[in-house]
This record gives sequence, C-alpha cells and structure tokens, in this order.
Amino acid sequence: MSTVRVLVGTRKGAFILTSDGKREKWDVSGPHFAGWEVYHVKGSPLNPDRLYATQYLSWFGQTIQRSDDGGKTWAPVSNKFEYDGVPGTHMWYDGTPHPWEFKRVWHFEPSLTDAETVYAGAEDAALFKSTDGGQNWAEVSGLRKHGTGARWQPGAGGMCLHTILIDPTNPNRIFIAISAAGAFRTDDGGETWKPINKGLVSQYIPDPNAEVGHCVHRIALHPSRPNVLFMQKHWDVMRSDDAGENWHEVSGNLPTDFGFPIDVHAHEPETVYVVPIKSDGEHFPPDGKLRVYRSKTGGNDWEALTKGLPQQDCYVNVLRDAMAVDKLDSCGIYFGTTGGQVYVSPDSGDSWMPIVRDLPAVASVEVQTLP
Amino acid sequence: MIRVCLPMHLRSLAQVGTEVQLEVPPPVTQITLLDALEAAYPMLCGTIRDRQTKKRRAFLRFFACQEDISFESPDAPLPDAVIAGDEPFLVVGAIAGG
Repeated sequence: MSTVRVLVGTRKGAFILTSDGKREKWDVSGPHFAGWEVYHVKGSPLNPDRLYATQYLSWFGQTIQRSDDGGKTWAPVSNKFEYDGVPGTHMWYDGTPHPWEFKRVWHFEPSLTDAETVYAGAEDAALFKSTDGGQNWAEVSGLRKHGTGARWQPGAGGMCLHTILIDPTNPNRIFIAISAAGAFRTDDGGETWKPINKGLVSQYIPDPNAEVGHCVHRIALHPSRPNVLFMQKHWDVMRSDDAGENWHEVSGNLPTDFGFPIDVHAHEPETVYVVPIKSDGEHFPPDGKLRVYRSKTGGNDWEALTKGLPQQDCYVNVLRDAMAVDKLDSCGIYFGTTGGQVYVSPDSGDSWMPIVRDLPAVASVEVQTLP
Repeated sequence: MIRVCLPMHLRSLAQVGTEVQLEVPPPVTQITLLDALEAAYPMLCGTIRDRQTKKRRAFLRFFACQEDISFESPDAPLPDAVIAGDEPFLVVGAIAGG
C-alpha cells in the first residue's frame, strides 16, 4: 500500500507526518531544527528521499538543510545566495528606491527532470538555482533584470518570491510569483522573462492595466494541463487558460475572495480549493468558521467544505504555502494553520480530521505520495 | 586553545556542545577567531557575520571577560585571558523577540 509523508514547516521547526494510504493513523517526527523558522520543506519528485528545508532566524540569517534519507538525518548545504552583479534598487513601501538585500528563502522547487537541480525563491525577490543539490547557488538573474524590477514593491510580508511552478511538459517554461510584483513566466529556462498579469485588477493600483505591482499570493496548476493556471490574489481568485497571458476572475460565490493558498485536485483538473479569509485587515476565516471552498467547475461555483473543521470561534489563518494534495486514488487534501493544526481530508475535501493540533504556527505543508 | 561559546541555535546547527576550542594563529582578533571558527564549522558562515562585508549580524554581540567587546575594532587583539584560554569568547544572541 502506498504511504504519504507530509512535510510541515513551522515558526519553530519542521515536522514530518507519515501514514499509510488510509491516512487515519499518523507518526509524527520532529521538531527538526528546533527553534528555527522553517518556511518550507520540499522533496524531489525524482528522488523522494532528497528533501530541502529552509531554516531561518533573524539573529542568524538563512541556512539551508538537506536530507538524503527522507528526513531522518539532515546536513547543512550552502547558504551563499548572492545577487548577480550590482543588484540596484527596487521600490520601497513609501515609493522610494531601496537596495536589493537578500533576507531569506521562502520556497524550494526541485526540478522535475534532474534530481540534483532545485530552485529557491528568495526575499528580496529573486530566483536562485542549484544544480548540485544545494552545494552552490546561482541567481537566475534574467528575472530580476528583465526590466520591471525597479518597480517591484514589498507586500506586508516582505518582497518575496514565493511560488515556482515548472511546466511538467516543458522544463524550459517556469511560472513564478512575487508579492507584490505579480506573476512572471519564462519559456527559455530562465534566460528571459515576461510579466503575465493582464486582467488582474488591484484596488490599490490606480492603473487598471499595470504590468507589475499586483500582490499575487499563490498560483497552482494541474500537471496534465499546464496552460491552465489558478491564482489566489490578495483579493480575487483568478484563472488563466493561456499560460498566464490573460486572467479572468472566478471568485463567483465565495464569501470573501481574500486568501492565501490555492491548489488543484490530483486527478480532476477542474477541481480547485481555496480557504477564504475575511480580509487583508482581519486574517481569519469569516464568522469564526474554518471552511475550505471547493469548485468542481474550475471556479465561479464554490461549495463550502466544513465536515470535521471547527465551525465556531476559529480565528486562525492558512498561509500561502500551507496547502497540498496527495496523489492517492482518493485524493487527499492537506492544510496547516497558524494555530498549529494540520488537517487532512482523505476524500477530496468531503470530510476533515486533524493530524496534529498543537504545532507551532504552520508556514508550509507539502505531501509526498510514496510507493 | 581559544574557547568559544555559541548560542543554542548555532550549537545545534554546528552540532557542537556548549563550548568549542580552536587553534587560532596570532594575532588573535575577532577576525582571525571567526575565520578559524568558520573554517572548522563551515555551516556557521553567514550566521555570525555577513559573508561579504564581514560585519557582525545586527542581533548578535560578542562578550569576553565580562565586557561587551562588540564595538571593539575587529582587528584589535582579544583580551589576554581569551588568548590564554582562561576565559571564553562569547557569541550572544540579543535577548529579544520570541
């Protein structure tokens, strides 16, 4: 029987949750890197025992950990992230130029075609690449230098490159997203990039046709149909059917279209999940009810999924990297909260149960489906 | 041998105990001590001082012989008691935040 391994990053360390395909009984390992902020842990799809963890504290900065045995043991790899050339400036909160400064790594995306290659999304926004399992990092500087970088501005959480999606049918096509710059795409392996934000409308940007400046929170795609993208923007849930060239809103009947994560069912490309959050000023679910919303129509028509989730007095948040899906026949959906719960639904969202209830605030959730 | 005490998070990162001991060729200064520390424990590169500028990270302080020596010149010799191994060189994280 297949097993699942859930990789959880939290404000005070990483945890690994494992179960068989029933997803009822769980083993919990951790905390790994106790006391450190772990924004993200992710495994290689080619070598599932190869894991990367981003480990950070304001006191000591960024370090990177790698495991080659599925998280049983870890060893530091390089934390040398240097911008290519003279990095110049981006726009600060007040609109003035501000020097690019490396702060931390938010997200890893291991290659789909080479087990030693991994991408890292950084703050201040940049894409880094390692071709030797994290021993050396080089900036994919075509992104930062493509022309709009001086107009990128941090969101409330910093100017972070938080989403990296590799087209499974074309390794030269990569989508990334930055808060608060927007979404970008390369079709030549990172040499050149273009903003793909047409159709996004953001209240705080006076220009309705602004090329950059949008606070994209998360993008997701289904591997069978990589030209269809779903986006949770700061406000608005969006969809593109042409690899990001054009976007249209699919918020439909959601109670609020603010939120952070978005993900797609493993076997149903039109089934999408979001977690609506009341507003950008109140980062908790509406009415104190924790509800995942599912659309089986690729957006617009959404249903609330509540069975097993707290429906009163719940004021947690679900962060952008804290939702994942497994690949079992009955697709499992997972998400973690800032209250330290990690929930699983082994039946595509119909019912939920907590795997753990009392971890530190959860920053990220990834899941590996193992044979 | 020079004795160096690291804060808890860096001890776990470097997988060492409360104190590490280093051979530091003279002159023994903040710079040469930290060079020796990073050579012995490369995973500490960038965690105590910036990789490029070599400036101490903002939330860290250096203490020795009951004194805060963070603002001494990085090229200045460390106290004799540290060089003799009678007193440790302390890397201390700011006691703030969560």
